[in-house]
Amino acid sequence: MFKIAKERLNELYAKINGQMGLFIPVKKAGEVNYEVWREGKEVSLETLKTVKSPKNMFFPQTENMMKFKTEGKNLEIIDVRGEKRPFVLFGVKACDYKAIEVLDKVFLADPVDTYYQSRRNATTIVTLACSKPEESCFCSVFGIDATAPQGDVTTWLDGENLYWQANTEKGETLTALVKDLFAEGGEAEVEAQQTATKTIIDSLPFANLDLSKFKPENLNELFNAAEWQEMSEACLGCGTCTFVCPTCQCFDIRDFKTNEGVIRYRCWDSCMYSDFTLMAHGNSRTTQMQRFRQRFMHKLVYYPSQNDGLYSCVGCGRCVNKCPQRLNIVKVIKTLGGKDND
Amino acid sequence: MKDVELKMLERAKALLESGEVARVIGWKKGDFCYDPSPASFETVEELNGFVYDWFCGANLSKYLIEMSKKEGKTAVFLKPCDTYSFNQLVKEHRIKRENVHVIAVECLAKLDIEKIKAKGVSMVTGVEVIGKEVKVTTAYGEETLKKPEVILTKCETCQKTHQVKDEEIILHDRPERDVDRFAEVAKLEAMTADERFAFWREQLSKCIRCNACRNVCPACSCVKCVFDNPASGIAAKANDDKFEEQLFHIIRAFHVAGRCTDCGECSRVCPQNIPLHLLNRKFIKDIDGLYGEYQAGETADGKTPLTSYAEADAEPNDVMKGEAK
Repeated sequence: MFKIAKERLNELYAKINGQMGLFIPVKKAGEVNYEVWREGKEVSLETLKTVKSPKNMFFPQTENMMKFKTEGKNLEIIDVRGEKRPFVLFGVKACDYKAIEVLDKVFLADPVDTYYQSRRNATTIVTLACSKPEESCFCSVFGIDATAPQGDVTTWLDGENLYWQANTEKGETLTALVKDLFAEGGEAEVEAQQTATKTIIDSLPFANLDLSKFKPENLNELFNAAEWQEMSEACLGCGTCTFVCPTCQCFDIRDFKTNEGVIRYRCWDSCMYSDFTLMAHGNSRTTQMQRFRQRFMHKLVYYPSQNDGLYSCVGCGRCVNKCPQRLNIVKVIKTLGGKDND
Repeated sequence: MKDVELKMLERAKALLESGEVARVIGWKKGDFCYDPSPASFETVEELNGFVYDWFCGANLSKYLIEMSKKEGKTAVFLKPCDTYSFNQLVKEHRIKRENVHVIAVECLAKLDIEKIKAKGVSMVTGVEVIGKEVKVTTAYGEETLKKPEVILTKCETCQKTHQVKDEEIILHDRPERDVDRFAEVAKLEAMTADERFAFWREQLSKCIRCNACRNVCPACSCVKCVFDNPASGIAAKANDDKFEEQLFHIIRAFHVAGRCTDCGECSRVCPQNIPLHLLNRKFIKDIDGLYGEYQAGETADGKTPLTSYAEADAEPNDVMKGEAK
């Protein structure tokens, strides 16, 4: 294990940035989101939850897929996928890292999404352990250890230092590039922090959510539960929960006409939106209750039934904090999840 | 606040029991002490989850568009600021007034949990407001915060009073306040065009196009927004910086100009805390200046400055040149 003093972190960022791209939580106009690092930007590793998750590093909110040019009767298709420059995604929390595993199962399964894959392959992920989880966190419910996130490199931050441990070949390569900034040591400090943090995690209000009911065999019963109506009543039908969620993966594909041809792009979509399931024959989901139900059934029942029981919620708690009307997955779990939630 | 809540609960029970109303719109308890959700209650049993506390900031008026179409009367609890939205929606024939029983409830400003957390206070388990102080109980102990620093932005400049009521539950006087709600707008006006552009670009580039501002806005009551309608030819979901920065929010502000009551819900719900209300407030300030003071939602009838003509109206050319009287 290595360590570097907190006040020297800017040197670390600059050194990484000199060799590859660096995406890191940056504060802009009061809010912290992942951005390209530049000298002078206000990095905020201490922020527990960025507003947007880091998923847009691999799956940007809006992305061009191809271009078309027409000349007479000829249609030319222009590939816009280029080589992706290697970059480092720095400061990823355990929940968000687990979310990348959830996304991988969708985008890297056959047929592979090459747009996602090229960014994913070009990335070295440096995770950061949590030391101050808060009341909306419930990653432990999904078996995630916030004090020991995986990734190519795992780091821990305390009042003095950042501690650094490479886990993979990519991680070793990155470590070799910046090693001259590091000193050896930190095992004792990291262990002490982990022990203290685990005590907090165990006492969090959502630490014991009961998910036992969310099983494929209960699909029909859950789908038909009368409670969806009441749970969704206040839903505004906005996309906040979907867009701050680290595992939501739906997108829409559209064409955009320009003077030089047509651009086909994709952009995040939300199952909360009224035209989400609009098809030629009409819309299969006509009420907000149906849309609301879809989002949670997908995360807690449909996705796990196709992925060996892996839930597509990681307990980051962003929806708990950000839903304008305070509806969220925890309320759904408490209402339908199992009897130990009472 | 507990005394107000009890009174509200008592009235809700009586109205449901007597059959005077078929449902009551209020707020129900969440998982914490700070996350109540808007809810409708149709039976006395359902009222078990009823709550009215320092975090009931949501404006319930817009729910009445749907609720007032239902069978039977709907009772609703409205805070002073909410009554303006209610009136405006009645004026636009979006709410069936005769199907609604308005209970005006007092509001001494609502708290913003994000602002409380930003003070470094986490694991909040309870709050008590005593005068201008907020005593916050947390899993780690007690903290005392200054109330004006942790109220919702929309409450900071609120001087609103109930504009409509069928009955009222007001147990405490609200202290007189002397605030200039246009102070922030004046600061933006004092900037150079480049500075102002930089300010808005930085703010609006945070936009994730979740549409929470639009969907919560009582003035945005189109049955289908053009941006959601594939048949409009301009439907757009893509989050494109240029569009959000330069068009979307400005288009929306134009669309609600003259109808926006300054309820401040847009800024309350924004996940990126963009001060969207300042765009609307700029329009309000300009309308006041060009056509005389006007407050949307003060009444449910009467003429409005942008939809009526008077000979003395400002001439567009003069406005462009900054010479309007």
